[in-house]
Amino acid sequence: MKRKIPAPVPLPFPPPQAGQGWVGTFWDAARKGRLVVPVCTACGKAHWYPRAICPFCDSDTIEWRDTLGKGTIYTFSVMRRAKEPYVIAYVKLAEGPTMMTNIVDCDFDALRIGDAVTVVFEETEAGPPVPMFKPV
Amino acid sequence: MTIKGKAYIAGAYEHPTRHAPDKTVAQLHAEVALGALADAGLTRADVDGYFCAGDAPGPGPASMAEYLNLTLRHVDSTELGGSSYVALAGHAAAAIALGKCDVALITLAGRPRSEGVATGTVPRLRDANQPEAGWEAPYGLTTANGYAMCAMRHMHQYGTTSEQLAWIKVAASHHAQHNPNAMLPDPVTVADVVGSPLIADPLHRLDCCVISDGGGALIVVRPEIARKLNRPLVKIIGAGETVKHLSGGAFDLTTSGAARSGPAAFAEAGITPGDIKYASIYDSFTITVLIQIEDLGFCEKGAGGKFVADGNLISGVGKLPFNTDGGGLCNNHPANRGGMTKVIEAVRQLRGDAHPAVQVKNCDLALAQGTGMQLGTRHCSATLILERE
Repeated sequence: MKRKIPAPVPLPFPPPQAGQGWVGTFWDAARKGRLVVPVCTACGKAHWYPRAICPFCDSDTIEWRDTLGKGTIYTFSVMRRAKEPYVIAYVKLAEGPTMMTNIVDCDFDALRIGDAVTVVFEETEAGPPVPMFKPV
Repeated sequence: MTIKGKAYIAGAYEHPTRHAPDKTVAQLHAEVALGALADAGLTRADVDGYFCAGDAPGPGPASMAEYLNLTLRHVDSTELGGSSYVALAGHAAAAIALGKCDVALITLAGRPRSEGVATGTVPRLRDANQPEAGWEAPYGLTTANGYAMCAMRHMHQYGTTSEQLAWIKVAASHHAQHNPNAMLPDPVTVADVVGSPLIADPLHRLDCCVISDGGGALIVVRPEIARKLNRPLVKIIGAGETVKHLSGGAFDLTTSGAARSGPAAFAEAGITPGDIKYASIYDSFTITVLIQIEDLGFCEKGAGGKFVADGNLISGVGKLPFNTDGGGLCNNHPANRGGMTKVIEAVRQLRGDAHPAVQVKNCDLALAQGTGMQLGTRHCSATLILERE
């Protein structure tokens, strides 16, 4: 049995809707299986988690750009004390920033820091699909 | 402007309970407040400054100020998670230095054990206005697996082992056997720790702190008042605090906020880590201790595993006696917040009031270090340096 994945915004707050504000673009892309990241057009840097204001240069000229959907595991932990064990991780994206995620579709005991991973989108309970990663 | 020498800890009290199903949180706050006042030789009417954090019932300081029936001219309810009380001792010293109050009361209490809180292994509910909430909520972040990710990275980057982490628990348990109130008073071995069930790789059950009810309180006073009280003089000489976070997605999980709060406190005190005779180090998990010890400068970054091994944290045996009350790992972690008991045991050591089996000889300089919230995402850090006069 698979772990039930909570929606990206805790209920009972409404989950982000397609086209809803600036952040809606991210979830629109997610529904199409594309991982986009916020990139500041002023300083050129990508950041995570997404903000409307660049954390590096304070500019508000942020745009969403497609990623390769690839990265490496910075660190991870297999959560054993759960109904269904799962892997929480940080993945360093090829585009620069490191993001919190889950590693799925793999033998948990074979995972190592530095492993190459690729994005997959997993359905959530009451919201849009969220980006997770599996070993290449 | 400095707080060095501007205030003294005149009263300290740790509630003896570890399980209080028959008491309210407010009552526990009141009991520790009165305990610390009695320890100082002061009364409730002397208190003109009140300091509390997120565990105090109600928003900010208002409900507890009323329950205690305090008449105040200075309040501070800075919420820094478990490190709050380490920081608030410094805030109290700053307020006293500025003439904002003369007698500061700091309280902590809570009952997660009675309330059946799954403290470390279930994701905590978040305010949807927290900007990171939506980007983390789907992934099952718990207290345990967040700290575990720091441990996993430290092992990868520096070769730290589970056995080295286990030595931290072994040292805490060695101290706890002398504490009649300790929740886990039995000494354990490295084999016991690494043989206990995995909670979140690589952390085992015995790498995790206890869940306990209880609390503690401190009284911080002006020098003139401290000298009139018939108590050993414990002077605040340095304090530092910070927040460490994920920095827009470019971060190092093997380093904590202690790398900033520690040097700030040492600089204010005008001493170095080598001068410290006793250290209370926040021990929500074994890895928390190891990373803070490195960041405070007790050893080189990455050398923490070797430093903590072979009993080096055991009083009378090793170079850096730590958490001689048994710490959060074995004694007490009231309200899931360990900062208060860190300061209290440092005060006991400086007074010479620790258990004789763990009392550090000629203990004249001590440090209390707190890490609050989540080491694996964003956390607060506070460092306090104390001197026996």
